[in-house]
Amino acid sequence: MELSGSQMVVEALKRESVKVVFGYPGGAIMNVYDEVYKQDFFEHILTRHEQAAIHAADAYARSSGNVGVAFVTSGPGFTNAVTGLATAYMDSVPMVVISGQVPITMIGTDAFQEIDAVGISRPCVKHNYLVKKAEDLPRILKEAFYIARSGRPGPVHVDIPKDVTAQIAKFEYPETIKMKTYKPTYKGNVRQIKKAIDAIVNAKRPVLYIGGGAINSNASEYIREFAKITGIPAVETLMARGVMGHDNPLLLGMLGMHGCYSANMAMSEADLMIAFGPRFDDRVTGKLSEFAKHAKIIHIDIDPSSIGKLVNVDFPIVGDLKNVVEAMNPLAKERVDPSKYKSWRDLLNRYNEIHPLKYEDSSENIKPQWVIERVGELVGKDAFISTDVGQHQMWTAQFFPFTFPRQFITSGGLGTMGFGLPAALGVKRANPDKISINFTGDGSILMNIQELMTAVEYNIPVINIILNNKFLGMVRQWQTFFYEKRYSSTDIEVQPDFVKLVESFGGVGFRVKTKEEFDKALKDAIECNKVVMIDVHVDRMENVLPMVPAGGTLYNMMLEYKE
Amino acid sequence: MDNQRRVLSVIVMNEDGVLSRISGLFAGRGYNIDSLTVAPIPNTEFSRLTIVTSGNQRVLEQIIKQLHKLIPTYKVIESDTFVEKELALVKIPLNEDFSGLDMMLKAYNGTVAASGENYIVIMIADDSKKVGNFLKAVKKYNPTEIVRGGSVALDV
Ligand SMILES: Cc1ncc(C[n+]2csc(CCOP(=O)(O)OP(=O)(O)O)c2C)c(N)n1
Repeated sequence: MELSGSQMVVEALKRESVKVVFGYPGGAIMNVYDEVYKQDFFEHILTRHEQAAIHAADAYARSSGNVGVAFVTSGPGFTNAVTGLATAYMDSVPMVVISGQVPITMIGTDAFQEIDAVGISRPCVKHNYLVKKAEDLPRILKEAFYIARSGRPGPVHVDIPKDVTAQIAKFEYPETIKMKTYKPTYKGNVRQIKKAIDAIVNAKRPVLYIGGGAINSNASEYIREFAKITGIPAVETLMARGVMGHDNPLLLGMLGMHGCYSANMAMSEADLMIAFGPRFDDRVTGKLSEFAKHAKIIHIDIDPSSIGKLVNVDFPIVGDLKNVVEAMNPLAKERVDPSKYKSWRDLLNRYNEIHPLKYEDSSENIKPQWVIERVGELVGKDAFISTDVGQHQMWTAQFFPFTFPRQFITSGGLGTMGFGLPAALGVKRANPDKISINFTGDGSILMNIQELMTAVEYNIPVINIILNNKFLGMVRQWQTFFYEKRYSSTDIEVQPDFVKLVESFGGVGFRVKTKEEFDKALKDAIECNKVVMIDVHVDRMENVLPMVPAGGTLYNMMLEYKE
Repeated sequence: MDNQRRVLSVIVMNEDGVLSRISGLFAGRGYNIDSLTVAPIPNTEFSRLTIVTSGNQRVLEQIIKQLHKLIPTYKVIESDTFVEKELALVKIPLNEDFSGLDMMLKAYNGTVAASGENYIVIMIADDSKKVGNFLKAVKKYNPTEIVRGGSVALDV
C-alpha cells in the first residue's frame, strides 16, 4: 500500500487502536490535520493550548493505562508542549507526541517556526525521532508506541518535517517488533526472589514501600495479596495512592514530606524495606543518610538505573513488579508467618493513634481538608481525582479515601501547576462513566483556565473544585515557616469572579462559603452533568501538616505549627 | 567515596543523534567526560564510543546504567583488561635544542610524523598515563601545539 506520510500517521494510529488524540494545528502539521479531517476512526480534541493537549493525553494514559497521543505543530507549538513532556517523563507515563517540523530542505536555516525540537525534547522524553523520510515512518511509529508502553513507560516524541508528511512511500506496518538494542527485563531473577523471601522471613520489622511502579505495572491486586499473606504493613508514595486501598488495615498511609507520622516512623524503624517500584524521591526520603537507616533493602524495579541510584540496595530485583510479586506470593505463603509481625504492627498502629493525620475543623470557615474528606464521603468510589500542585494537592493525597489504582492523577515528579484541568479532561474521556473531579488552587487553575473552552465544546463534564485561599498557598506556607512571614509575591487576593468566568465559557459556577452550600453545590454539579467550577472559600492560613522540612529526617517531623 | 578513572567502551546504533544523546546524558546529569572518541565499527550498523570518565563508585554505576538505558545503546563494556591507547601529536619549532629528544622518542616509542622548514611534529601512541608523562617531558622543547586524541580501547 502506498501512502503519504500524513496518511501513514493516521493509519498507524488506527493500528494502535488509538481512540482519542489531543492536539493543536499549525503550518508544519497541516498535512496531518487534513488526514485527521478525512477519517472517523479516532476523535481529535482541540485543546486551547498545546501544554494542555499533552497533559490531557497524559492523564488519559494515566487513568486508562493506554498510550496517550497528542499532535502539535513546529516552533511555538512544540515549545508549548515541553512542560507536558517533562511532566509525563518524570512520572513515567506512556505517550506518543507527534510534532510538525519545517521541511527537511529548510532545517538548519532558521526557517519560520523552526526549532531544534528533538534537541529540546531529548532530556525530557524516553526517546525521540526526527523522521528523515516517509518510508521510515511505519517502523518509527511502531517503535514509538512500543517504547512508550514497554519497560519503564515514558513519553516518546516523533518530529516529522512537513515535506515528509507529503512524501508518498510504501506503507507496511510491522506486526511485531524487534529492536536489537532495547529489551526490557520483565521476569525477576528467581534466585534473587528466593533471597528476598529469606530476608523477609528473617526480618522483625519489615515494611512495604510502594511507589508509582505499582500503578504502571498494574500490580495492585498482587501487592494487596502479598500484604495480606505476609501481614507486612505498607506505606505509599504520592504516586502510589490507591494501590492498597484506603480501608486496607495494613496501609499506614502516605510517607514523606507530608506523610503521616506512623508511615514515616515505620520507615525509620524498619529493619527491612521492601521497595515495590518507588524511586526514592527526595520529597519522600528527606535526608538520605537517615532514610530507613536500620533497614536492609529489597528493591524491585523494571528500570535497572532506578536501583541503587540513591541508596545501596541489598537485594536488587530487576523485573516487572507485577510478575515479580506474583512469583513472590506462593513462596511467601509457604514461608512467611504473618503473626510474627504482630507486635510491629501494634506499635505502628499505636503511633497512628498518638499522632493521627488530623486537622481542626471550624464552624467559622471551611477547612480545605474538610472539603476533600466530604467529597470522599459522597463520591469516593465513583470519582477519578486529578489535582494541580500545591497545598490542595497534598491535602488530597492525605485525606481523600482512594479505593483503586489510577484513581489519583497528579503531577508528582515535576509538580506542574496547570496540570489539573486538562488532566481532568483526559481522565473523563478515558472513563466516561466515572465522575472526574479536579481539586485545584486559585493559583494553579489560572495556568490552564482556557481549557474550560475545550471542556464545554466537547461536552466533557468535569468538576473543578477550587480550594480558594487567595494565596499561592504552598509557597506562602514555606514563607510562614522559613521566611519569617515575608509573603513575597504569594498573596493573590486579586482574583477573577470564578463563577462568572466559568459561566462565560458556557459552564456552571458555584460560590461556596459554608458546608451546607458545598454539599448542595456538589450535588448540583454531579446532577447537571456540565462543566463545573466550585469556588470554595477556605481558611486562608491553613498549613499542610505534618511536615518534614526539606533535607530533614522522617523521624523528626513538624507535627504542628505554633506561632 | 573516592574518585576513580574508568574507561567505557559503548556500542551504539550508528544513527543520527546518538552522539548528542550520550554527550547530553553526561552534561545533563553532571558526569565527567575526560575524553570521548567515536567511529563506526566496520561492516556493522554500530559505532563504538570510547569514553574515559571518572567518579565515585555510585556515580560510575549510574553512568553505566544510564548509558544502557538509552534506546540505541547495544552494549556497555567496562573491563579491567582493556588495551588502551591514546595518540598525541606535538609540534616543536626547529630553533630548539634537540639534545636528548632522540632518546626520549625511543623510550616512548615515538616517531617523527612530519617535518617542515621550521618545525617537526612528533607522534606517540601509548596508554594515557604514558602519554601524559611524555607530554610533560617534551615541554622542555617548548612545543607550540599539542593535540591529544582521546583514548581508544579494546577488550582482550
Ligand atoms: C508551573 C509552576 N510554577 C511554580 C510552581 C511553584 N509552586 C508550587 S506550589 C505553588 C502554589 C500553588 O498555589 P495554588 O494553586 O493556589 O494552590 P495552594 O497551594 O494554595 O493549594 C507554587 C507557585 C509550580 N509548582 N509549578
